[in-house]
Amino acid sequence: MNAMQTPVIDAAALKPRIAASGVQVYYGTNHALKDVSVDILDRTTTAFIGPSGCGKSTFLRCLNRMNDTVASARVEGKILLDGQDIYDKRVDPVQLRARIGMVFQKPNPFPKSIYDNVAYGPRIHGLARTRADLDEIVETSLRRAALWNEVKDRLQAPGTGLSGGQQQRLCIARAVATGPEVLLMDEPCSALDPIATAQVEALIDELRERYSVVIVTHSMQQAARVSQKTAFFHLGNLVEYGDTQQIFTNPQDPRTESYITGRIG
Amino acid sequence: MSIALLSLIVLGLAALGYLLGRQRALAAAGGDMRRLHSLPSYYGASVFLFTAVPAFLAMVLWLLVQPVVVDRSTAAMITAADVPQGSSHALVMADVRRIAAGLDILVARGMDEDLLATMRADLSDIRGRLGGVGVAVAETVSPNVFEAAKSYRSLANTGRLAMAAAVLALAVGGLLYAAFRITPDLRARNIVESFIRVLLIGASTIAILTTLGIVLSLVFESWHFFRLYPAKDFFFSLTWNPKFGGGSSLGVWPLVWGTLYVSFVALVVAVPLGILAAIYLSEYASPTVRGLAKPALEILAGIPSIVYGLFALITVGPLLRDWLAMPLGLGDSSSSVATAGLVMGIMLIPYVSSLSDDIINAVPQAMRDGSFGLGATPSETVRQVVLPAALPGIVGAILLAASRAIGETMIVVMGAGAAAKLSMNPFEAMTTVTVKIVSQLTGDTEFASPETLVAFALGLTLFVFTLGLNVLALFIVRKYREQYE
Ligand SMILES: Nc1ncnc2c1ncn2[C@@H]1O[C@H](COP(=O)(O)OP(=O)(O)O)[C@@H](O)[C@H]1O
Ligand SMILES: [Mg+2]
Repeated sequence: MNAMQTPVIDAAALKPRIAASGVQVYYGTNHALKDVSVDILDRTTTAFIGPSGCGKSTFLRCLNRMNDTVASARVEGKILLDGQDIYDKRVDPVQLRARIGMVFQKPNPFPKSIYDNVAYGPRIHGLARTRADLDEIVETSLRRAALWNEVKDRLQAPGTGLSGGQQQRLCIARAVATGPEVLLMDEPCSALDPIATAQVEALIDELRERYSVVIVTHSMQQAARVSQKTAFFHLGNLVEYGDTQQIFTNPQDPRTESYITGRIG
Repeated sequence: MSIALLSLIVLGLAALGYLLGRQRALAAAGGDMRRLHSLPSYYGASVFLFTAVPAFLAMVLWLLVQPVVVDRSTAAMITAADVPQGSSHALVMADVRRIAAGLDILVARGMDEDLLATMRADLSDIRGRLGGVGVAVAETVSPNVFEAAKSYRSLANTGRLAMAAAVLALAVGGLLYAAFRITPDLRARNIVESFIRVLLIGASTIAILTTLGIVLSLVFESWHFFRLYPAKDFFFSLTWNPKFGGGSSLGVWPLVWGTLYVSFVALVVAVPLGILAAIYLSEYASPTVRGLAKPALEILAGIPSIVYGLFALITVGPLLRDWLAMPLGLGDSSSSVATAGLVMGIMLIPYVSSLSDDIINAVPQAMRDGSFGLGATPSETVRQVVLPAALPGIVGAILLAASRAIGETMIVVMGAGAAAKLSMNPFEAMTTVTVKIVSQLTGDTEFASPETLVAFALGLTLFVFTLGLNVLALFIVRKYREQYE
């Protein structure tokens, strides 16, 4: 909501959180992602834009190794999180995913109570020593997801009974509860109405103060509103990556320009 | 005219009607399809249905009613004197029908109808002639019986001719009626729709009525039983000891106990194995393994239960006796609850696993993604997200397996024996309700003593049990569904 007042980021001052270089992804014989290199900065929102099927989700899912759960997927290249290769044998993908949270396109709360949804991650990772600890984590996470006031009186009600926008914020609270360092969001607003979208966007802006946020979006306006860095993908290639302002006002590649002005999509 | 030929003619007429209907519809619209209410094929189909459906319905009805009517009218020709000692009127009537059928064969082999009409039981060798065409008649045929057979035959033949005439008349009438009322405005599409609806309603009515009939006959015969044997003893006596001379005690509890015990052991084996196998198949197995293992498991479901019974009798029973029961001092019987339960459990594994696998697969992938995305391992995901979401369906699968277990007979006969006993020792021979139903009905006793009629009471008990299980399954499924959606 206060997207217009986003402070200008001094990109040079922020160190890269994730450094991906030469990433290739194959689904069987389909070469879905071709030689992608990107640095995701700390405490920055990075937007991935591009036409459908260009590999945005695929790349996003490389960053927390969710592609491991797809039998046909094969990932090559190097992705460093704080200098460590996440595809290294010594890295446990399960542990990694606790450090890199993910929010999906369709809200997918578990068929459990609101409380249990948020407490799911902390319980698995043993983040709370006592019940009071857990209560506190749940409350903070829900507050951070701007959902606390709406649900504080019905924490035991099923999460699936909430409205679409509330469900998505519940999923964000759920992701935040494990204390991730990076938050990946795959088109988090595509199933939401404008009001819920505005709430989630405001939320992203707040989350950026602690985490680095990566958001895949189909909406140019949304990318322009919430992100400081933008990457444009096309047919599996990373075409252009730079400051959001520069991508939208002065794109270097003709393909970026056509996409932004609505000629390919 | 044979039924097959008649059916063929009706179908031919109906096909003709289809073409005629189509053509008349097109002609009525002046060749412009857009002026018709429905597509031309619907007009054709409406004529087809009007031709075929009433004709076939009449045929079926006629075939059901005719034997009853013919039987009634010939039965009167048999007097008490024609019924030999130790036989009954019904048995003699069965002879009449057989002789009539034999006469049909004789005529078909070239015997003259007139000759047959003049033939008399006391003058010609009926028995020898019938024997020559493969119809064996026990004793010499009495004149009355032979006349009855002749009359039976001629009545049946007349009836069949009348049926053919009626059916054909209906078919032609239906064809003409439907064909001549075709106008461009006729809503042929809706007519076809209502025919189809009636057809579907008919099919489900038959299914429901059959079930109802079976249940009613169970109830009726059980009521019969309880008039001969006190219900109090049936429900509260703890001994099962039928004596065919009379004075039996027919307490149901030893049988119910055996049934529940065997089923319980079977479920203890089948449920964990089945569910774990289903989890492996749906959550862990690679597509190749799944493609091989799932059909392999389903082959288990295709093995007839008698084969499992053999396995229980020859392998599992002695094995359990020699390695568990004897060393533990729990008995020396190779037929035991444990044997039958174990083998039945193995038989039920594919039921539980196949159904649970389908149910687990139906849990949306988004649930798993959400859990993996939070850093959960596959087994945490299964335990905390997938299984709770799939639980109602899995409970349904388990209850279905339980119904199967309760109704199973063969494995129990061969694995657990036939001794009705109330005991906690799983290595002792016991028996179940189904086994006793079979053993009460085999043998040569008349069907009016409590010892045989008890089979119906047992059947009813079993039915009430499985019905209860199904109701429980529905209840649980509904309760959880409310919670999860
Ligand atoms: N699970 C999968 N299995 C096989 N192919 C996939 C899978 N997911 C995505 N793809 C393919 O990879 C390409 C990129 O898809 P995706 O990353 O989902 O695109 P985007 O998110 O940009 O719309 C597409 O061609 C798609 O068909
Ligand atoms: Mg996508």
